[in-house]
Amino acid sequence: MSGDQIQEIFPYRAAWQEPPSGPTVAEPEEAPLTGKEPRHLLSEADMDHAIEQIARRILSDVGEAGDVMLLGIRTRGVPLAEWIAAKVKKLSGHPIPVGSLDINLYRDDLSEVDRQPIVRQTELPIPIEGRGIILVDDVLFTGRTIRAALDALVDYGRPRFVRLAVMIDRGFRELPIQAEYVGKTVATTLKENVKVMLKSIDGANRVVIKEQK
Amino acid sequence: MTLSKRHLLSIADLTPGDVALIFQTAKSLKEISRRPVKKVPTLRGKTVINCFFEPSTRTRTSFEIAAKRLSADAVNFGSTGSALAKGESLIDTIRTLNAMQPDALVIRHRGSGVPALCAAQVRDCAVINAGDGQHEHPTQALLDAFTVAQAKGRVRGLTVAFLGDIAHSRVARSGIALFRKLGAKVLVAGPRSLLPVAVEALGAAAMPSIAEAVALADVLVVLRVQLERLQGAGVPTLREYARHFGLNAVTMKQAKPDVVIMHPGPINRGVEIDPELADGRYSLILDQVENGIAVRMACLYLYCHERLLHH
Repeated sequence: MSGDQIQEIFPYRAAWQEPPSGPTVAEPEEAPLTGKEPRHLLSEADMDHAIEQIARRILSDVGEAGDVMLLGIRTRGVPLAEWIAAKVKKLSGHPIPVGSLDINLYRDDLSEVDRQPIVRQTELPIPIEGRGIILVDDVLFTGRTIRAALDALVDYGRPRFVRLAVMIDRGFRELPIQAEYVGKTVATTLKENVKVMLKSIDGANRVVIKEQK
Repeated sequence: MTLSKRHLLSIADLTPGDVALIFQTAKSLKEISRRPVKKVPTLRGKTVINCFFEPSTRTRTSFEIAAKRLSADAVNFGSTGSALAKGESLIDTIRTLNAMQPDALVIRHRGSGVPALCAAQVRDCAVINAGDGQHEHPTQALLDAFTVAQAKGRVRGLTVAFLGDIAHSRVARSGIALFRKLGAKVLVAGPRSLLPVAVEALGAAAMPSIAEAVALADVLVVLRVQLERLQGAGVPTLREYARHFGLNAVTMKQAKPDVVIMHPGPINRGVEIDPELADGRYSLILDQVENGIAVRMACLYLYCHERLLHH
């Protein structure tokens, strides 16, 4: 955070103004890439194609996407959910609501992470009670994030169903969790780190694999 | 993101980055209190002991609710009915409580500096000052600044006036320090005998009258009249106090149209503030109470985690 941090946290808007829409930018504090050059996996065009496929499958599963909400898991699930929603709108002509979910309060590894994650806001434009929820995340790995997201969800109500859409499934599940909608399944090793980069956060849309040191 | 210190004893322990982290966290946690089920599992298995050696209902309740909404086990410990009444020293009490392995000790005491003394005695446990004598009340200052930031969208550049008994007020001491740290200008006004001798050293400017402070202020923090202090200060009656130093229609005449009024409570209606103002459109008094829970949840969440880091 920089500049006047307080002002960034409380962007002023008068009561009559609409709340700001669009992707929210979150922490860019990433360790710099070290070691080998990251290996290219998906370009922006590849991602766009994968997202279009996901949007088509969602539409064929849930009809005109009525009564369904896309819920992006912070941070990178949120712009992905917005991307899917834009495709759904383009394909069907109907908008689909998009919310964002912060799962940090529900993590099971808070005592293990050395840098405490910043708790961001959960924003649900409509109640989840009785609605179909499609969780959206960037990478499906151990499944623990999704476990936390499910715990968070039930605290807000009882959805009709919950499904999962991810850009990348890289294997190594530690919990019995699977995604219905997958952009690309990738075989990885535990030494590798899959990074989904998104324009609103990372400046470009692409997916890379980098070797951890 | 982590805090720079492991205990919250005074505003001096906080960097502007720490304050921003606490505010960001509190802003996110605030929503929990408006859910049908007001609880998240985040601090499950953590123990918070509220040590209130001085009577307090609102601050203690606020901390207790904050701990419970995060699923921590909150235990309340008071001086009456405890071993302190049997002659145990404060330090022995703190060592005993610390041996019970709490994750946070929240301490309210009438002696200035007691939380710092306790912090030196504990291991693997965060100490949070919930008001010590005439020294500081950092979580009150944090919730006041949070409430201002939420109402005004900023703190930097605002003028904040503390009105009333500045000399004995830990709310004022912490508040002045925090608002200055966040870039606000701070004024004080009240009975001359209840202003600290070197108030400028705290970074605040003394105004000759309540009305003059009101005219310049974006934020008014009205302090509670501590009845027992008045006589020593040469203020003979409450009526006299209300007339000259209370916030009322007369002293508010020159106020800015978008001024906000805060009060740490409990309110003496008709003494330091008129009921119409306490309940009126400028008042943020109930927002302060609601934000108090969110800010204390944020402090417990962040400081309990600090314990793990230093373990």
